[in-house]
Amino acid sequence: MNMIVTPASPATPNGTTRPQVRIVIVGHVDHGKSTLVGRLLHETGSLPDGKLEMLKAVSARRGMPFEWSFLLDALQTERDQGITIDTTQIRFRTNSRDIVLIDAPGHAEFLRNMITGASQADGAVLIIDALEGVRDQTRRHGYLLHLLGVKQVAVVVNKMDRVDFSADRFKDISDEISAHLNGLGVTPTAVIPISARDGDGVAQRTDRIGWYKGPTVVEALDRLEPARPLEALALRLPVQAIYKFDDRRIVAGRIESGSLIAGDEIVIMPAGKIAKIKTVESWPVTPVAGRQGAGRSVGITLDRELFIERGDIVAHAGTAPRETRRLRARIFWLHDKPLAKGDQLLVRCGPKESRATVVAIEKAVDPGELSSSENKAIGRNHVGEIDISLSNPIATDPYTENPRTGRLVIEVSGRIAGGGLVLSVDAGQRAVPVDIVPVESALRPDERSARYRHNGAVVWLTGLPASGKSTLAKALERRLFSNGGSPILLDGDTLRAGLNGDLGFSATDRSENIRRLAEVATHLARNGHIAIVAAVSPAREDRAAARRIADTAFREIHVATPAGVCEERDPKGHYKKARAGALASFTGIGNDYEAPQAAELVIDTSQRTVAEAADEIEQMLKTSGVLFDELVDLAANI
Amino acid sequence: MDHLDQLEAQSIYIFREAFARLKKIALLWSLGKDSNVMIWLARKAFFGRMPFPALHVDTGKKFPEMYRFRDHYGKEWDLDLRVEPCPPIDAVDPTLPPAARSAARKTEGLKMALAKYGFDGLIAGIRRDEEATRAKERVFSPRGLEGNWDVRDQPPEFWDHFNASPPQGAHLRIHPILHWTEADIWAYTKRENIPIIPLYLSQNGKRYRSLGDQDITNPVNSTASTIDEILVELEQTKVPERAGRALDHETEDAFERLRVAGYL
Repeated sequence: MNMIVTPASPATPNGTTRPQVRIVIVGHVDHGKSTLVGRLLHETGSLPDGKLEMLKAVSARRGMPFEWSFLLDALQTERDQGITIDTTQIRFRTNSRDIVLIDAPGHAEFLRNMITGASQADGAVLIIDALEGVRDQTRRHGYLLHLLGVKQVAVVVNKMDRVDFSADRFKDISDEISAHLNGLGVTPTAVIPISARDGDGVAQRTDRIGWYKGPTVVEALDRLEPARPLEALALRLPVQAIYKFDDRRIVAGRIESGSLIAGDEIVIMPAGKIAKIKTVESWPVTPVAGRQGAGRSVGITLDRELFIERGDIVAHAGTAPRETRRLRARIFWLHDKPLAKGDQLLVRCGPKESRATVVAIEKAVDPGELSSSENKAIGRNHVGEIDISLSNPIATDPYTENPRTGRLVIEVSGRIAGGGLVLSVDAGQRAVPVDIVPVESALRPDERSARYRHNGAVVWLTGLPASGKSTLAKALERRLFSNGGSPILLDGDTLRAGLNGDLGFSATDRSENIRRLAEVATHLARNGHIAIVAAVSPAREDRAAARRIADTAFREIHVATPAGVCEERDPKGHYKKARAGALASFTGIGNDYEAPQAAELVIDTSQRTVAEAADEIEQMLKTSGVLFDELVDLAANI
Repeated sequence: MDHLDQLEAQSIYIFREAFARLKKIALLWSLGKDSNVMIWLARKAFFGRMPFPALHVDTGKKFPEMYRFRDHYGKEWDLDLRVEPCPPIDAVDPTLPPAARSAARKTEGLKMALAKYGFDGLIAGIRRDEEATRAKERVFSPRGLEGNWDVRDQPPEFWDHFNASPPQGAHLRIHPILHWTEADIWAYTKRENIPIIPLYLSQNGKRYRSLGDQDITNPVNSTASTIDEILVELEQTKVPERAGRALDHETEDAFERLRVAGYL
């Protein structure tokens, strides 16, 4: 038996102008998606002849009452488990639209399939069981629609027959889901009471929902707008490949937004090189005249030979995308292992890929939960905002400026593990005109690394006064220097005597003190040195800022000597003065030191000798890629 | 841009991604209407030439018109044509129903060709609207080491980002026309003037909607003797495209079993 549902009608054959709209039906498991789909196919006359009778016969043979959802449950495995595994695509017609219906699974286990389906949709139907109301997967799917950029969302409240078609019950659910969606910036196009099983509200306003005056599901679908190519935006042609099959050198890709024509002055980002489009190539007829708009897969030749590679973006000078090594994104996460600060990833923006490190994680929540408690890592099927640092510069746009190029996916071990929207591009420079060439150091980083046998780093020692930071810093400095390295000590107190002499101990001044330390240390690290910073740096927020500045070079060491031991040591007599009330704003005797939660290393100097502690630091620097364990092939990194 | 332009642009994008991200790919040429459209799209993507082989896994039981078509257009389109045989029927799972077993030979032939050439990607012309299990496919669809398809563990795929890293020894199926319909194929074939095998057009009240092996493919009743007439017929019919394919109808799960094992 073959359970396919063939298209009742071809999608927009030659000459017709019916818009095609792709929709997805989402919502909590068992709230009636498949039933609604089956009913919609029936109501729009889309079922193949005899299909309904055949299914009823199959149901009878199996001793089960007929369900509309059987239409979709084509896979044996699905029938066995009673859940829809994956996205199927079915077509039908409303009055003025060709609808491609993408069914997506509601089971939390298959969120990756829901995302796969919903990402292709122009609009969505969010289904809610009138009896059960808004559930976790309802909220989660609502959130994902927002992240996937699906803006047209119709809500249907199903199984109204189970609540006696109560207008009050309908209003409660309608208010709750509308508030949730509005909070995400999504305004539902309609909220419709239905009974998919009986047909109320699907194609007809029956007497049982006589109190409802809005559109039926079919009418709501008929009002959806198809996706429009983004021709009005600035030109973005991400380069998929350069082809040299013959004497032409063709830059190939799909125009994601804007348009181009032979003769246009273009800029290739992120390098910022300028050229002119010579021809637009095609086959079988070439070259093609006329303007090529968004959505077209094209090939262009340029008036000069430039080094261009896959992932570059062709734009118009003046409206080029930002070049960055650093961005913030709002993402959803699908991998079993939660995404945590420090994780190494592969990020893809269109055809461009770059290795990346998660520098910070914020707002990590389960979008299915009502009270969203924030987590430090982004768990499977959760969402969050991340700062990522990229090892290669990429050209991108915030999604608010360009929904096509302002999104990315994250890969782990060669498999897509998450995706999201580019919120902002840090320190993003607009395209640098090509005739301004920034002066760079005469030395490449790898030349310095080859001499010092380490990479640049910021080793940040934080801890209470007298915890042993300066002692450890000096021991480490001596150790690294003896091994041929280039360590530089930046002691907080020492720098306060000069560079930071204008700063006091207010919260603002302390923050500025830390910022300057971090900036200087980062400058040294970028030039291949290991900057060892010894500073109390009590505020977590300030250290987080330092980490943002130093980025992947940052190594935090918490010198966690117990407070009692520190006060007993008191080599500078500060604790004594503070106890006597003679030293305001002294960190140590109050509770104003905020211990790190995820330091690269924690050392209690009351439990080990200075040499042992230095060993531990050295080991950490080796395992985290700062010190070279053995001679490495530096040429391979060039 | 009209509907066909959009389909074409999307398929070209997929072809270019496959060519850029995989090391050694081939296009599975079944000689049917869908794979002929694919070859046309590939030539568009790569400006006139298809820069990878066309692989015909030959059951030896195709219609004579199909072999003539292959030999003629293989040359005219300058294809790097590789014809690979299938093993004898005895080598195939005897628990499958007869037609499915016959079709499964092709799966075995495919495995042999994969082993011979070491392709890491095979481009196949399946479409979501053909058959329910195909509707569940990804554009880049990973296969296991045995060529098998794990429908329960498909990676997410969105925003035209594809999972293109098959494990060592495994391969990917790439489906550039997954989003097309049967009517799209015909409308595009007409617009682009792509050659077809005449068996698709009605003779004596019957035509083939789908072409497979001679012994397991049946014609459907039809008077459509031009592509335009086919398009009109498709507007009205509620008969599934693969109705003439015996293997789809033997048991409820025969087709899925075939696909899990690596059938297209």
